[in-house]
Formats: sequence, C-alpha cells, structure tokens
Amino acid sequence: MRERPPGSGSPADGRKSRGGLVVGLIALVVLLALPVLGLAEPNPPEGYVAIPKETGGMPWWGWPLVLLVVCFVLGIVAVLGGVGGGVLFVPIVGGFFPFHLDFVRGAGLLVALAGALAAGPGLLRSGMANLRLAMPLALIASAAAIVGAMMGLALPTNVVQTALGLTILGIVVLMWMAKKSEFPEVRQADRLSTALHINGIYFDAGSRQEIDWKVHRTPQGLLMFIAIGIMAGMFGLGAGWANVPVLNLLMGAPLKVSVATSKFMLSIVDTSAAWVYINQGAVLAMITVPSLIGIMLGSLVGVRLLKVAKASMVRKIVIIMLTLAGSRALLKGLGIWN
Amino acid sequence: METEKKSYTTEEQLVYADWLDRGMKLGFVMLVVSFLLYVFGVMTPHVPVDELPNYWHLSAAEYAAATGAPHGWGWLAHALQGDYANFIGIAVLSLVTILCYLIILPILLRRKDTPFVVIAVLEVLVLVLAASGILAAGH
Repeated sequence: MRERPPGSGSPADGRKSRGGLVVGLIALVVLLALPVLGLAEPNPPEGYVAIPKETGGMPWWGWPLVLLVVCFVLGIVAVLGGVGGGVLFVPIVGGFFPFHLDFVRGAGLLVALAGALAAGPGLLRSGMANLRLAMPLALIASAAAIVGAMMGLALPTNVVQTALGLTILGIVVLMWMAKKSEFPEVRQADRLSTALHINGIYFDAGSRQEIDWKVHRTPQGLLMFIAIGIMAGMFGLGAGWANVPVLNLLMGAPLKVSVATSKFMLSIVDTSAAWVYINQGAVLAMITVPSLIGIMLGSLVGVRLLKVAKASMVRKIVIIMLTLAGSRALLKGLGIWN
Repeated sequence: METEKKSYTTEEQLVYADWLDRGMKLGFVMLVVSFLLYVFGVMTPHVPVDELPNYWHLSAAEYAAATGAPHGWGWLAHALQGDYANFIGIAVLSLVTILCYLIILPILLRRKDTPFVVIAVLEVLVLVLAASGILAAGH
C-alpha cells in the first residue's frame, strides 16, 4: 500500500459540481414555489369526466411536495448505505403516502435507478466502483430481475411484503454477526475472477492508503445474484441491500468497493425491472418525477460524503436502515402495521 | 494529476462513466423541464393535476381503465400531453445504460477482451428485451 499525495481534486471540478448542485437546488425551489404561487392551472382534456375529489384536506400538490423533500433525504442516506433508494422508498412511501402500491413500486425502481445514475459516474471515475466486477454480476441479476418483476406483479402484495421483510432482516443478522467486512481477507482469487481479471486498486481517503483487492467465490456470487435479481424485480426495490453483503461478505471485496459497485450495479439491474413496470402502466409522473428529482439531488450530496466517510460508519448506517425497512415491510405484510 | 486519477480505473470504465454522466444529466434536465411544463399547465395533461388525488390510490390497471392511460410504448402517442411528456426523460434515464454498453463495446473488441465483449452484448440484449414491452405481466 502506498501513500498518495494530498490535493488530488481540482478546484475547477469542485466549482463545476457545486454549480450543478446550485442549479438543481434552484430547480427544486422553483418546483416548490409553483403551486404556492398558483401558477399550475390544470386544463382538463376533452371528453374527460372528473369524479369527486377525495384529497383529505391536502391540496393536490401537497403530497408530491412532501415526497420531494423525503426523497432528497433518502438520496443522501441511500448512497452512504450502499442501497438503492427504493428499498427505503417503497416501505416508507407505500406506508405513509396515499398512493397505490403499484405506482409506489414503479417509482421505487426508478428512484433506485436515478440514485444509481447520479452516483455512478463519480464512483466509476474514483475507482471505488469497478466495472469488471459489476458487469458479470449485473448481467445475471438484470436478466433475473425481469423474471422477478413479472412474478412480483402477479403475486399478492402481502405475500411479497412479508417475504421482503424476512429477507432484509435475515441480511441484517448476517451483517451484524460478521466480524471482518471492511477489508475482508482474500488469500487467493478464484479461477473465474482470475480469468476475468476481476481485481483492482483504489485510494481510501479515510486511511489515506491505496488498497489492492481481489475476490473469491465468484461462481457462488453469480448464483446469489440470480436470487438477488429476482427479489429486486419482485419487490420493486433496488438491490443494494443484498448486493453489499454478497460482494463484501461472500466474495471478499472491500466494503467501500462493495458499496460503490453495488450502487453502480443498480443502474443496470433496476433498468431491466423498471422497464417491466413502465410497460405495465405502473408509473405515474406526479409520483415518480418529484421522487426522482429528490433522490438524484440527494445522491449528489451523498457521493461527496461517501468519499470521506469511514467504512465502519457506513456499515452501521446500512444495518440501521435495513432493520427499519425490513421491520416495516414485515409488519405491513403480516397486517400488523398497515 | 489526471494520470494519477486514471491509474485507479480502466479506459472503458472512464468512457462508460462519461457517457453515463451525459445521459444522466440529459435525462434529468428533460425530466425537470417537462415536469415544469406539466405543473405550469403549459402542456395539457391527460389527467388534470387537481384530479390526480382521485386516481393515484387506484391500481395501475384500474387507473388505466378510469383515465384511458396508455400501456407499453403507447405513451409516445401522448408525449405532447403534460403528464406523458415526463416519460421522455424517464425513457432517457432508462436507456442510457444500453448506450453506455454499446459505447464501450469497440474498446473491449479492440483489446480482444472476448469474455467481456460477450457479457456486454448479452447485457444489451437483456435490456432491449425488457424495454421492448414484449414481456407481459400482471394480476
């Protein structure tokens, strides 16, 4: 491991990224102000028959506005936790917002996708996400996600919710009991990963060291990603909650590489599942777009925090988030907390 | 400094990142602009925004039946309506990964990295299949 000279970031890069963020925040403020200013006047289409309103006292723009703010926060914590925003988005929005679960699941996949797209370029350029590690696993998972999405749209919702809760809580237990996960010991790379040249080096800003890494148990990892892909599509979620443990605990990739590669992989895996939902009409712009905007802006902030965040802290965030999301899904699936 | 940065990545990874960045930004801008046009009422929506609370609690199938919402790529025929104009940006975000794979293919071919050429081609086929709307599901 070698020391790396400090000050690698260019001031121009920083100004550019801050500029982009400012533009995004201005867009956010404009969006928030529109309904308040009364500028959004709807025009009913011809032949359209309105039915009585059931807004429960909330104006039509109220829920989308709350959704935007909630998703901005979710975008930040999702990047730090290495999970798709969808894993938090679906139980929270599905549980506390008045939208049907079909639209929440469709939006959840697009939320996870958008967060991954926003974070992906930075993670790839920094070397924390690894394309060679992601590509074989994403191929398996994205194909399985199509099957999962079709199954998820056919199964009863409470069955899907219960299975999701149990799965996430199982992963929490696995991560909680694991003793080595920040820099797992991989004595020898397996044949498959050696043949595919799946290895890398990245600069760890926390320890200020270059970390060489390789992986083992690649065939087992590929098998696991079949299950992950099916579950991702079935539950209408991102798959970071499962990607990270498999990459880190099973295959032995360092935690930060696992978190970053997992986040990037969501941009591939969730694309295939999202298209199934889009094509089934399970996407509503008024729910999806505020969610996407919120999550993408939050992800841009999260990526900057990830570069300096300590791996142990990231692990704790992952465990806390998964515990909350898993408990919520399980209780809802069992009809205890609806 | 640039050389030092690139030492942590491969050529195809940087190219992929650049195109992912472009596609993400394009899709994001289109999404924001179309959403502004939608909520401003510049583009007449298929379902008026103040009527949406009456429908967003319905399932996708019930919503389609109640509002005449299109399925599959049928939204393209409604792309000039405020709510479905947003689908252009959503489609860009959902297609950018396919573009990235196609862009790095020549790099992988030039390096004769056969396993990853096969993986990239298969991934494109999987994503195109998903996007095609050929696959049907539902209750």
